Amino acid sequence: MTRFAFRLYVAGQTERSQAAEANLRALCESLLPGRYDLEVIDAEEHPGLAEEQRILATPTVLRLAPPPQRRVIGDLSDHRRAAYALGLPRAPGQADGIQRGDQT
Amino acid sequence: MTDVSPIERLPTGINGFDQVSLGGLPAGRPTFVGGTTGSGKTLFAVEFLARGVLRSDEPGVFVSFEETAQDIRRNYASLGFPIARWEEAGKWAFVDASDQMDEEAPVVGAYDFGALVARIEHAVHRIGARRVSVDSLGAVFSRFADSATVRHEMHRIATALARLGVTSIVTAERTHEHDGVSRNGVEEFVLDNVIVLRNVLVAEQRRRTIEIVKFRGAPHRTGEWLFTIDPRDGLVVIPLAFLGYPSQHARSIRVTSGIADLDQMCGGGFFKDAIALLTGPSGAGKTMTALRFIASGTETGERCLAFAFDEGREQLRRSASGWGIDLAAAEDSGRLRTVCDYPEVASIEDHFLRIRRAVEEFAPGRLVIDTLSALERIAAPRALLDFVIALSAVVRQQGITTLLTSMPATRLTPQLRPSIAGELASLTDLTITLSYFERGGEIQRAMAVLQARGSAHDHRVRQVTIGADGMHIGEPITGFTGMLPGVTSLFSPGLPADPAGSPPRQPDGRPH
Repeated sequence: MTRFAFRLYVAGQTERSQAAEANLRALCESLLPGRYDLEVIDAEEHPGLAEEQRILATPTVLRLAPPPQRRVIGDLSDHRRAAYALGLPRAPGQADGIQRGDQT
Repeated sequence: MTDVSPIERLPTGINGFDQVSLGGLPAGRPTFVGGTTGSGKTLFAVEFLARGVLRSDEPGVFVSFEETAQDIRRNYASLGFPIARWEEAGKWAFVDASDQMDEEAPVVGAYDFGALVARIEHAVHRIGARRVSVDSLGAVFSRFADSATVRHEMHRIATALARLGVTSIVTAERTHEHDGVSRNGVEEFVLDNVIVLRNVLVAEQRRRTIEIVKFRGAPHRTGEWLFTIDPRDGLVVIPLAFLGYPSQHARSIRVTSGIADLDQMCGGGFFKDAIALLTGPSGAGKTMTALRFIASGTETGERCLAFAFDEGREQLRRSASGWGIDLAAAEDSGRLRTVCDYPEVASIEDHFLRIRRAVEEFAPGRLVIDTLSALERIAAPRALLDFVIALSAVVRQQGITTLLTSMPATRLTPQLRPSIAGELASLTDLTITLSYFERGGEIQRAMAVLQARGSAHDHRVRQVTIGADGMHIGEPITGFTGMLPGVTSLFSPGLPADPAGSPPRQPDGRPH
């Protein structure tokens, strides 16, 4: 089974940062139980790391593995769209035909 | 911001800008710089930092949303900005927020620019930056669909910049030259200090201007100021007129004009630091007077610099040798430099820079521009006036005796000319006019000194003859009117005087 690795960049311990982390964990727990790694980086504490990846907006999630690398901006409040954008496998029993992203 | 203390300024070091802004940008605050594509925003942003490093060793951070750091390093190396070396020395840091191909990140949910703010703060602290440039906001707006969020976040960046105490420039796009301030309403958050760069075609001439729309609580000059982008000096704002104060010590020294009779009319020659304006129609003797002025300079060991916009070098040498002046020998001796250019080879701003550069390099004691009128072909009246203002600042600083020649009127803009001529005269110390008149079926020439600041002068109109040995100024002519508008008429029986203000005649028909 493919193992997923994510790095979540946030800026400070804000509600938005916490929401993003909670949303990402919930997604991973339901779709990738036991086969994901998640690292959270606070850009305010480690601006050099944000500079390296040229992070502009926060929260930003980087999917480091499997390749190709993907990048999603936002607090991931819309789980379905977040899962799609991060290329996560579909939940068991979930019907095909998820609309491509944008119902908003 | 509730500062009651007067607003401190940070001199930018950008050519001419600190004069126009009366001391530079408001220190410790963001200033918005708006402009259409190609108006020079990025150059302004780059130069703001570069001049800080060069002039006062002030480190700067460049936040780029548009060009990559690599592009900026490369594009501005030619202006003598070794950005890569400054980065190594900790004088310059990039926060590269430019768009990358692999960065087409979808947006899911709410976000802010917290990471960017953290990166900017980090860079500022790392090198101890005093200046920050952010270029340009338009690029961010085109990347994020949600402009309300972007606007809010830009406000946050501006607030962060103010909190850091750095003096900063934030550039943004404008869609129209004279409409609103910026495209995305970003002016809302840095409305305190707004500068607009324009790049417009006026009468087929490209015209770059800079306008300080406002500096909250700080005085600045108003209106649009011409600027040019020079391959060597970068952004140069013109005029620099307010720099130029006559150097008082030179006031009492007189030099010869090269024509003894003219010296007499002026009360004993030109003041050493005078700017003289010689007006007259084609063929009346302007160039000849100018050549005598040059020759008398080189003969006494003074260096002379001459710009001829009407004649080629060969033609000028030929005319001179006809009057016994050897220009070639004077040039060989190193005391004379002549520059013969068609006005059309450059914009009026660029001509100014070339003259200024030549003055700096050659350090002449005398300067001749023959004629200003040729420059009218490439410049609007206002621009020409700016040119003279800027030029007089340069020559006054150096105490250079300067002779400018001009047609008495232009056929293209007769309605504008009187005011320009009037303003020109107010900028010069000495105004001499040459004119034609008819007498006894003959075209003859007359000369008068209209104005000689700080000196007594001959108020009479005198007849001028030009012979093989040069120019002679003769006896006063009486019963003579119409000198001022460039038309001379002689009262004589059966010859009614021309009404003042009628269009000038060109008796020799020589094309101007």
